[in-house]
Amino acid sequence: MEGESLQGETLGKITHQNHDGAPTKMEVDKLSAFYGSKKAVSDVSLAFRQNTVTAIIGPSGCGKSTLIRCLNRMHEVSPGGRIEGRVLLDGTDIYTEDPVSVRRRIGMVFQKPNPFPTMSVYDNVAAGLKLNGMRKRAVLDEAVIRSLKQAALWDEVKDNVHGSGNRLSGGQQQRLCIARALAIQPEVILMDEPCSALDPIATAKIEDLIFDLQKTYTVVIVTHNMQQAARVAEYTAFMYLGELIEYDRTEKMFEQPTQKLTENYITGRFG
Amino acid sequence: MLRGTRNPGRTFSARLRRALDLGFLSLTLVVALGILALLSAFIIVLFRAADLSIVHYGLALLGESTWAPGVNKLGLLPFIIGTLLTSAIALVIAIPFSLGIAVSLSELAPRWIAEPLGYIVELLAAVPSVVFGLWGIFVLIPFMRTTIDPLLESWNNGADRLFHASIPLFTGPISGSGVLTASIVLAIMIIPTISAISREALRAVPETQREAALGLGATRWETTRMSVLSYARIGIVGAIILGLGRAVGETMAVTLVIGNSDFIPTSLFSQGQTIASLIANEFLSNASSPLAASAFLYAALVLLLITLLINIGARLLVYRLVKRTGGGAIE
Repeated sequence: MEGESLQGETLGKITHQNHDGAPTKMEVDKLSAFYGSKKAVSDVSLAFRQNTVTAIIGPSGCGKSTLIRCLNRMHEVSPGGRIEGRVLLDGTDIYTEDPVSVRRRIGMVFQKPNPFPTMSVYDNVAAGLKLNGMRKRAVLDEAVIRSLKQAALWDEVKDNVHGSGNRLSGGQQQRLCIARALAIQPEVILMDEPCSALDPIATAKIEDLIFDLQKTYTVVIVTHNMQQAARVAEYTAFMYLGELIEYDRTEKMFEQPTQKLTENYITGRFG
Repeated sequence: MLRGTRNPGRTFSARLRRALDLGFLSLTLVVALGILALLSAFIIVLFRAADLSIVHYGLALLGESTWAPGVNKLGLLPFIIGTLLTSAIALVIAIPFSLGIAVSLSELAPRWIAEPLGYIVELLAAVPSVVFGLWGIFVLIPFMRTTIDPLLESWNNGADRLFHASIPLFTGPISGSGVLTASIVLAIMIIPTISAISREALRAVPETQREAALGLGATRWETTRMSVLSYARIGIVGAIILGLGRAVGETMAVTLVIGNSDFIPTSLFSQGQTIASLIANEFLSNASSPLAASAFLYAALVLLLITLLINIGARLLVYRLVKRTGGGAIE
């Protein structure tokens, strides 16, 4: 998938490999999310297929970030955050399980790169494994190198893995955070506008990376950038005012949306 | 096109604003330099007032352990030891409590309890030290004499037997007052200071740092340890140094509970004296000769120097922390 070719052109050329037959990895079932008494997500149901990238798009404040934070129980960390409904991972409701172990199976990459500033590149990537009690140097080494390679950062940091992560550029820091999330080998990776703080070149690198990640992981990405959704995601969900308006294959969404709201948003009439 | 000549009012106001700006700059500069002048004046006056004993004894007073102003024996060692010992013990007691309070208030406690407790902690930091001293006399000293000290003494005896040694920690006559009691009062006095400032440092840690750890499947304790405390470590070091500064210079509360004995403490039960309590207790009554009087000012100079060294040490520590990890946290 060539990032540049789609910029500003018609979105008609998108062709993702078809995974319509792939099993459901995660399923959101009649989910509503609240901050105190304020409802941010309203009765949303949708399913994420295994080894695919699904984008959640929509204007600011539509609840897309809240929705993705419900998928690994980060929403309940926010003051007043609570949910109704179910979120299933391989058929089991994650809200009946321990949130800590849920988050080890469902990794997350945040809007702003947030590496641990007091740790080296190596320790950042190894942090999750060390939390799990892993102390064996050889295992850690292997995991750190594998994750940094998967995150397409290895070549840029291999000479200084024990140096501070602070000296990296914003894009490198975000790839470091992706490597950190990959190191504990989660099954699902959630990304909350992972490129919103990055320049176009860094963004293109991360998009390529996201596209590759679906071979191993199930990826859900929140983005306000429709071209980005078109480039990386096979499926797209459009949210507006807390509700799921439309959810379909990305090319279908962009070419023949069934809802007027979706069409207006995609054609830039509001947003 | 808008030249000043065409609009004299505008030029005037621009000039006025520039003049005011210059005035503002110079005024703040004068005030800032005033601090420097004050400190220099302070040191010069202390030096001049202490010069008799400095010339007479040189640095020997620092290592001399006998204090008898009547016969011009003016050793300061007991007070230097008293100061450093009480402050060090106070820190050892205060740090775990303070960090526990700060973490609880900033990370764990629900808001409705953390807010009022935070105010109370800040309020405690503002209690006048003489009040702590009186509490020490009426509550802590009797409690130490009847309960804590005997307990520690029997523990010490047990340890002595176990290791076939005489450990000089909790031995000697029990009076309730003394080095340990003073240290505890100091610890209680600096806990609010260290907690309040550490809490601010913890609060300044960005939410994204907590999310990073939580997102990796960290528990709340693991999040606090791996992300929050380590991000805020420089602010916490600063809080501890401020607390230490308060302990080193604290006068009133210590004077009331340390027992005011001019000898080097032989155990933590010993009565003793700090530099600050020495000056407060004895300057008026014991400055019997010009030489003795100047020795008190020598002591004051030493206290100033200790404070200064602690601050320099803290700066170096922070500098090394920042350098080793490349900064990134609050400085």
